Amino acid sequence: MTTVRDDPTAAASAHADGATRPRPPSSLRTARILLAKDLLLELRSLETLPAMALFSITTFVIFHFALDRTTVSGQLAAGILAGTLLFASMLAINRLFVAEREQGGFDGFLLAPVDRTALLLAKAAALFLFLVVLEVVAVPAFAVLLLGPALGARLGGIVVVLLLADVALAVIGTLVSAIAVHTRARDLIGPIVGLPLLIPALIGTARGLGSVLSAHGSHWPPGKWLAIVALYDLVFALLAYAVFDFLLED
Amino acid sequence: MSTTAVELRGLVRRFGERTALQGLTVSLPAGATLAVLGRNGAGKSTLLRILATLLRPHGGEAAVLGESLPRRAFAVRARIGYIGHDPLLYRDLSARENLRYHAQLRGVSPVRIEGLLEAVGMRGRGDEPVRSLSAGMVQRLAVCRGVLHDPELLLLDEPRANLDPGASRLVEDMIGRPAGVTRVLTSHDPLEALAEADLVLGLRDGRVEFAGRADDVDPERVEELYL
Repeated sequence: MTTVRDDPTAAASAHADGATRPRPPSSLRTARILLAKDLLLELRSLETLPAMALFSITTFVIFHFALDRTTVSGQLAAGILAGTLLFASMLAINRLFVAEREQGGFDGFLLAPVDRTALLLAKAAALFLFLVVLEVVAVPAFAVLLLGPALGARLGGIVVVLLLADVALAVIGTLVSAIAVHTRARDLIGPIVGLPLLIPALIGTARGLGSVLSAHGSHWPPGKWLAIVALYDLVFALLAYAVFDFLLED
Repeated sequence: MSTTAVELRGLVRRFGERTALQGLTVSLPAGATLAVLGRNGAGKSTLLRILATLLRPHGGEAAVLGESLPRRAFAVRARIGYIGHDPLLYRDLSARENLRYHAQLRGVSPVRIEGLLEAVGMRGRGDEPVRSLSAGMVQRLAVCRGVLHDPELLLLDEPRANLDPGASRLVEDMIGRPAGVTRVLTSHDPLEALAEADLVLGLRDGRVEFAGRADDVDPERVEELYL
């Protein structure tokens, strides 16, 4: 039988009397490791993305019948799209730290000699990617089910606005999820705290999309609204960076 | 290098109104094994979690491997191995994926993983998701995770839970005396813990009931601890 002490690789890879202790990964590398793990977990379980996509498409169908209109455009279309994506993101925000809480992921991470802010970066990146994948499905579905004006030339403007909105959703969502995960009412904290914080980002996103989705307007969003959402992204990214370590304390 | 692995002076830890540890003073020389005894809720796991840097002390002084906690916690994390009640493994990932993840976080070569899986008899099932493994197998993987980085101090909270005698023998070289490292351990079987300890610490309701050399402890006092 091979034992650990017999393993010839053990001494080379791990420490020997403190002489060759492995160097922990950098913050960026740690974030990449965590992100890869999160994406692999989602790929295995498929708990979040399909639910978000299904929720979005169902909501478009509901609006289709509730408004009794075959097509929408302009600010109404922008409101429906931005609102639906915002509510769909709550599903991911509520589940963002579930594996960490239920399967000891927090302790496993906190025991490692790595920068704790890497967890914020990785979770925000994972949420951002989930939202991008969601939009790859939801925006074409919206175009088919509800949108009046053709998507083609407007796609560039929509992508820019949604990417900025995704940063806000990812940063604020991660922050709120990290707060909520330590509470008993964690499923409620996400929407109750997250949605009010996201209202300014929603306004900027909806206004930005409004002119892009209007039948005769510009295909490019107004710079003012892009700047507002970008500024909101920056403020919350800095805030999250400043407070995230404290959220991980016991 | 410090010759004292763990030094606690008047350690206090509270959870809200409840005091889990009150005025704990312990000194553990490097290379020795400390058995922490006490019935459920005595504060054993809390003590181990403080030493593992997972909980902050609320009073007193704590030093692990010569580094003061919590101020220098980052400096000891690479040097301690913690095996607690939770295996700290993702159920949807395989054994290999879990160990690779922890190895990456510690900068340990993934080559070591195969040696560890072989040592605990899990190499053939290393690609199966953890949720499909038995509790004993998961515990063997938890041991692999805990010793992946060859720690200088092992914090073992009932490390042989769910292990049958054969599996216990498999992990003996990794977490038993043959590992040759400083250990702080708890066990559901106090006599078993005493048998492999140099020092013993008896806790009752977060306070020290007795402390000293394991050879000198009266077995009756140990029994009384659980009454």
